[in-house]
Amino acid sequence: MALQSLDIERRSATTTPPPGAREQPQVAKLIDVSRCIGCKACQVACQEWNDLRSEVGHNVGVLDNPLDLDEHSWTVMRYAEVEPEGGNLEWLIRKDGCMHCADPGCLKACPAPGAIVQYSNGIVDFHQENCIGCGYCVAGCPFDVPRISKKDSKAYKCTLCSDRVAVGLEPACVKSCPTGAIMFGTKEDMTHHAEGRVAELNERGFANAGLYDPQGVGGTHVMYVLPHADNPEAYSGLPKDPTIAASVGTWKGPLKPVGLALLGLTALGAFIHYLKYGRKEVEHEAEGGGERGPRGEA
Amino acid sequence: MSQQSMIDRYTSGERILHWVTAITFFLLAASGLAFFHPSMFWLTGLLGGGTWARILHPFIGVVMFVAFILMAVKFWHHNVLSGNDRKWLGQIGDVIANRDDRVPPIGRYNPGQKILFWVLLASMIVLLVSGIAIWQPYFAPSFSIGTVRFGALMHALSALALILLIIVHVYSSFWVKGSTEGMLSGKVSRAWAKAHHPKWYEEVARK
Repeated sequence: MALQSLDIERRSATTTPPPGAREQPQVAKLIDVSRCIGCKACQVACQEWNDLRSEVGHNVGVLDNPLDLDEHSWTVMRYAEVEPEGGNLEWLIRKDGCMHCADPGCLKACPAPGAIVQYSNGIVDFHQENCIGCGYCVAGCPFDVPRISKKDSKAYKCTLCSDRVAVGLEPACVKSCPTGAIMFGTKEDMTHHAEGRVAELNERGFANAGLYDPQGVGGTHVMYVLPHADNPEAYSGLPKDPTIAASVGTWKGPLKPVGLALLGLTALGAFIHYLKYGRKEVEHEAEGGGERGPRGEA
Repeated sequence: MSQQSMIDRYTSGERILHWVTAITFFLLAASGLAFFHPSMFWLTGLLGGGTWARILHPFIGVVMFVAFILMAVKFWHHNVLSGNDRKWLGQIGDVIANRDDRVPPIGRYNPGQKILFWVLLASMIVLLVSGIAIWQPYFAPSFSIGTVRFGALMHALSALALILLIIVHVYSSFWVKGSTEGMLSGKVSRAWAKAHHPKWYEEVARK
């Protein structure tokens, strides 16, 4: 995506500032779960715009199809039948895909310079030409989103249609949604809009309705309006308080400078030892006398 | 130096295993550090770029593990702490400062080498097990995300320990003049053996 090279906020495995001459307003996609009818138009639009086609799978007796995200399915509808209170049955449908974290675990974990970037508008994008296929992004993601292609061993996920957004269009899924459950705009506008929707849901009896914009990952650029925001797990396992795992945070955080410093100091210590004490050399090698002499105990 | 003043320390098989381990270690440390820290990413060039480094690193790792384990099978019994070892460790200051006349006599390996051996063995095992858990695309997908995350952390920690110890090991072989030659030719001088491994020298001389 060379055309966007002037407005990158963060670049994987890069310790100097990325090109950031331009600044763009923060964008967000808002998915109003209460208005979603589960028609999968967004899934179809995603595959069409991005020129992807998943293999035809098998019907396993549920509506979920394909069953999971893969390198060709960057968004999937997940259907959950739950009984929130005794006697009630609710069908909770969630459009799953990349959440575009403000603090992306995939980008933190990625060892390949420029394989993952975060644009200044907040979109997190994979640049497959720089991807080495190590799968660290899979380990780094708190939402289990990136998928490694079996064909080319590169990582793929939702781009939030960065190519469309760059030219002023909304993402393909937003464009296709027949009920207006998926919206797109600045993060500020979307947050404001969500507040109105949450208030309406509260009035309609959903006392725990709320906006899902988890702060553990710095907020996300894909947000949900959830009728049961107190229990996001009910929506096919949406994590309640997602954060970058402590193991990943250590591995790709303090361990990096500390580890390198330890190695450097060890090498430096060895060199100083040489300067101070020099080598252990055996004198009188020819006579086999050795500096210790024959005084070892018998 | 006459031929007679030299004694055998390593067979050709042992030396081949050592240098296979050493060369594979070097390639693994370079590509591993490249994945570990952005400032080292250029080292992937050694294996033909990022993607090639990712593909080759685990296979080279298996070669290193096998070579090291074969070596460990041959050498483990020389590396059991015993005799003057505790005393030697207590006088590590004299060892470091080259005051060899005060250092208690030790056998084929000194306790520093023995401890190195066991820690290397431990880190090799951790590296293999954790390495399998993060091996894309063959094995990582069959492990849970939690296991992969923990595996990646353990792989980095044990690799750092390994690289650190090898820096010490390489420096020591330079520090104790004649050691590197011993591992290349398989022979050390009688004087070297008497000075650095007197009890081992006595054993060899008795035969």
